[in-house]
Amino acid sequence: MSWGSWSEFFSMGGYALYVWGSYAVTAALVVVEIVLLRSRRRAALAQAGRAGPEARP
Amino acid sequence: MSQPTLVIGNVNWFKYASPQAFYPLAGAMIPWFAWTAAACCIAGLYVSFFVAPTDHQQGESYRIIFIHVPAAWMSMLIYLVMAFWAGVGLVFNTRLSHMMAAALAPTGALFTFIALWTGSLWGKPTWGTWWVWDARLTSELILLFLYFGFLALQAAIDEPRRADRACAVLALVGVVNIPIIYFSVKWWNTLHQGASVSLTSAPTMAATMFTGMLLMALAAWLYCIAVALHRVRSIILERERSADWAIHTAGAERS
Repeated sequence: MSWGSWSEFFSMGGYALYVWGSYAVTAALVVVEIVLLRSRRRAALAQAGRAGPEARP
Repeated sequence: MSQPTLVIGNVNWFKYASPQAFYPLAGAMIPWFAWTAAACCIAGLYVSFFVAPTDHQQGESYRIIFIHVPAAWMSMLIYLVMAFWAGVGLVFNTRLSHMMAAALAPTGALFTFIALWTGSLWGKPTWGTWWVWDARLTSELILLFLYFGFLALQAAIDEPRRADRACAVLALVGVVNIPIIYFSVKWWNTLHQGASVSLTSAPTMAATMFTGMLLMALAAWLYCIAVALHRVRSIILERERSADWAIHTAGAERS
């Protein structure tokens, strides 16, 4: 363990911008991907439901 | 035309080449991959921040590699898997293979972007620059454009079977870029450092750093599988939306 306190942890030895900039953007992008996945699934489910047997070509 | 068969352990694996058969199988696998990914990510973050020591040359800025290296590995691995499924789709004319390739592309682009972004944030304090046009960085940027090209081509062609074939050709041609990325630090005199981890020699880093990186890589790998399976289920529903089974399944799963 290399941290004496939480503030030391958050300052990352002076590299806070770079370290937290990396981790925050990665976490945000993963969240965005999961949100997009869920909305795509909802849309796909609704679309398949709408195309009832009578709507088929 | 008779169906191809591949029987291993009394299971005909080509049965799962049909989107209808694969859809519930993928659904059953997603929670396993998602939860093990989350567990590996938590363990990996703990090791990365609280167990791995401070680097004596780079200080704390080196902790970016716990994202950067797994993301860079995944960006290349996903491309190879995507090109593999695209190739299988071309050879065997299996629709599901093309759908798998299409399901992997957005996540591949995501990991490529993360590799570039974190590399830039690591490069600024370490090299003094956000970006250089050296072989490793440029070939990784080309990889991002290959993913974007794949996605744009998929979106541009209305007829799915034609889009599949065009994208498969693009994916296969682009494979040539992967060894260029991987060996760029050996072939050219680049600013990017050589591999700290390789298949042929012991890693040149502290054991706990290596453990953290492996756990994060494992998390990224499991996450990618979970996400690709989830996305391929949506793609299957989108393309099979007028099939009876898809209408019934969608009806049952919406309620």
